[in-house]
Amino acid sequence: MNSFDAFKDPKLCRALLDRLLAEADQPLRFMEVCGTHTVSIFQSGLRSLLPATITHVTGPGCPVCVTHESEVACFLELAKRDDVIIATFGDLMRVPGPKGKSLKTAQADGARVEIVYSPIDALAVAAANPGRTVVFLGVGFETTAPAVAATIRLAREQNLKNFRVLCFHKLVPPALEALLADPETNIDAFILPGHVSAIIGAAPYAFLADRYHVPSVITGFEPLDILSALLEIVAMRKSGQPAVVNAYTRVVADSGNPVARAVMDEVFVPVDALWRGLGLLPGSGLVIREAFADFDAMRLPGVTLPDAPPLAGCRCGEVLKGKMAPNECPLFDKACTPATPVGPCMVSTEGGCAAFYKYKLDL
Amino acid sequence: MDKVLLDYGSGGRASHRFVADLFFKHLGNDILARMDDAAVLSLTGPVAMSTDSFVVDPIFFPGGDIGSLAVHGTVNDVAMMGARPLYLTCGFILEEGLPMDDLARIVASMGEAARAARVRIVAGDTKVVPRGAADKIFINTTGIGEIMVDPAPSGHRAAVGDVVLVSGNMGDHGLAILSTRAGLSFDAPVVSDSASLGGLVGKLLAAVPGVHVLRDPTRGGLATTLNEIAGQSNVGIEINEADIPVDPAVAGGCSILGLDPLYLANEGKFLCILPEPQAQAALAVLRADPLGSGAVAIGRVTAEHAGKVAMVTPLGGKRLLGMLEGEQLPRIC
Amino acid sequence: MCLAVPMEVIAINDKIADVEIGGVTRQVRLDLIDAAPALGDFVIVHAGFAIRRMDRDDAMETIKLFQEGLGLELI
Repeated sequence: MNSFDAFKDPKLCRALLDRLLAEADQPLRFMEVCGTHTVSIFQSGLRSLLPATITHVTGPGCPVCVTHESEVACFLELAKRDDVIIATFGDLMRVPGPKGKSLKTAQADGARVEIVYSPIDALAVAAANPGRTVVFLGVGFETTAPAVAATIRLAREQNLKNFRVLCFHKLVPPALEALLADPETNIDAFILPGHVSAIIGAAPYAFLADRYHVPSVITGFEPLDILSALLEIVAMRKSGQPAVVNAYTRVVADSGNPVARAVMDEVFVPVDALWRGLGLLPGSGLVIREAFADFDAMRLPGVTLPDAPPLAGCRCGEVLKGKMAPNECPLFDKACTPATPVGPCMVSTEGGCAAFYKYKLDL
Repeated sequence: MDKVLLDYGSGGRASHRFVADLFFKHLGNDILARMDDAAVLSLTGPVAMSTDSFVVDPIFFPGGDIGSLAVHGTVNDVAMMGARPLYLTCGFILEEGLPMDDLARIVASMGEAARAARVRIVAGDTKVVPRGAADKIFINTTGIGEIMVDPAPSGHRAAVGDVVLVSGNMGDHGLAILSTRAGLSFDAPVVSDSASLGGLVGKLLAAVPGVHVLRDPTRGGLATTLNEIAGQSNVGIEINEADIPVDPAVAGGCSILGLDPLYLANEGKFLCILPEPQAQAALAVLRADPLGSGAVAIGRVTAEHAGKVAMVTPLGGKRLLGMLEGEQLPRIC
Repeated sequence: MCLAVPMEVIAINDKIADVEIGGVTRQVRLDLIDAAPALGDFVIVHAGFAIRRMDRDDAMETIKLFQEGLGLELI
């Protein structure tokens, strides 16, 4: 067994689980902020094993499913142009915009859409199609934004004239702030996203403990990581001393990754941004700086962020704030399913509602 | 000629030459050679029949090509009904401009696959469509075979207490195809498992005729296939995650792309559901054959949660193993 | 949210490394990593970029702490 496999060792995890069962004697509602944590908690079967006192509230899922309808409408308009090739992460393909349109339906209507694993692969698409403009859809949190920023720098180095990024990156701490700023939010503790933290470090979360007194733990994605984070949270609640703890030290430095942050800051600048289901959150998004304007798809002639009506009946905001479980939403498994997702929580395979739908046995 | 021309599908002399030179050469047998409007076959007892169309991209992939796949896919579907596959028909839709060398390779590969599977191709058709009206080559095959056991295995026959076996690693074909896709470039030491299962199924049923269900987990993978069976038989199926065989390279490739190997296609594996007392005998037959050397038991049929598939995780938790909405897409989150 | 996997560095060529998991290899960019990895190191890979070097000693230490804390025999 190598040192990384040990993090899913059933024997070790069972022992930790037993300790958690013994120590979690008070009710605890925790939210994981990261969709990969959501999936890990469901997929490992951990959710079915947690003590009855512990309630798992699924968080905003992933940065893709919080892509706002008007942002979707914006890239679907671009996809219609004959001279444009859209390059995207696969996650965005089914994210619906107004009237249920998505990149999947755009493809059926004749749009050219290339799914890539890395933004770097989109540069190759641009190089191979000099007659067209390749627009990469820049979505993702602080983990992904530096990769896209580095790609834009490379495009400049390679003097690629037909590569642009439509930048809809989002930032995690402002969203957490918005969740907690609502006095009705019912969350006792956070499990913080390991890979976002690998970039930003621990400091940007300090307000969670300082101002809102919510114990929070940065952790990894194996069952042992999640169990140890829960034990840490239970201990902090007992001691009455909430803090932000980094329990993912094998990957996350408290100071994060300054090189990646520098690349991100060189290319992007924070702005207020629209979140699906949550609305406009101050300072929660990124746009491309003036210095890289030539690579900004938002600055192509005729590109706008159209108004989109709010999603009728969608209660994702309440699900995200822990006021409501996914299956308590009137749309769940009726108007809103993985085939016809309405809000962010159902849109991504990692959204709270989608995970609930996909993995929960006793519905 | 080095490329397929529209004329080849015209029915005129060019078509005749084309068919004689290529198709008879590789696929020929005494029934096909009669060149009547239909093949005349003699069959006895109940028969199983199946049809499938093959549109795989790329047409040549690690471990196979669209030609061998078109034979294996249909042969396997017929075999899963407990039948001995005997005859195939094939229909080709060719895109104008398809390199003749590619077509020759594909037809030769079909001929080889058919001989290895001991089936004869007894009827065929070729159409050529203008450039852009099809993507290189599409192949439809229809197969027929005589059912060997009574009652025949069926998706409706899974019974509470039965054991679920799989014949080997899951997801090889799906990952082999993905590894060739532009934009996902990675190198994986994985080849498609595309193979004819008719012979192995014959041996299995000769030794263990009481098999309840046979099915090949092709599109949608193991997870989708199990869900179909749970629904058809109105039973629960419970499988142990730790027991499901997955090649480390398939697991590795899936972890990079954010995919689940249990939803990836297989083209040379099957699952077998049968009464527990016969499970060891079945495993012995499977493991003695190269195509079943990785056979293992992965779970059992339950009365609980009828119509659903439950996965018992290594931690001892339980979760739903559902059907997917559409194809799996590589993801970053 | 952010799918990232530990992969082993098997070759380094300036800003690009070949990395491997389970026999699957792929190239990743090193533009973002804050400490240059060495051959045999594990890096966390996200969307084609290595974002952090993984600290194996730290991982072993974490596991050891849990095993000792829980009174389990060492693996």
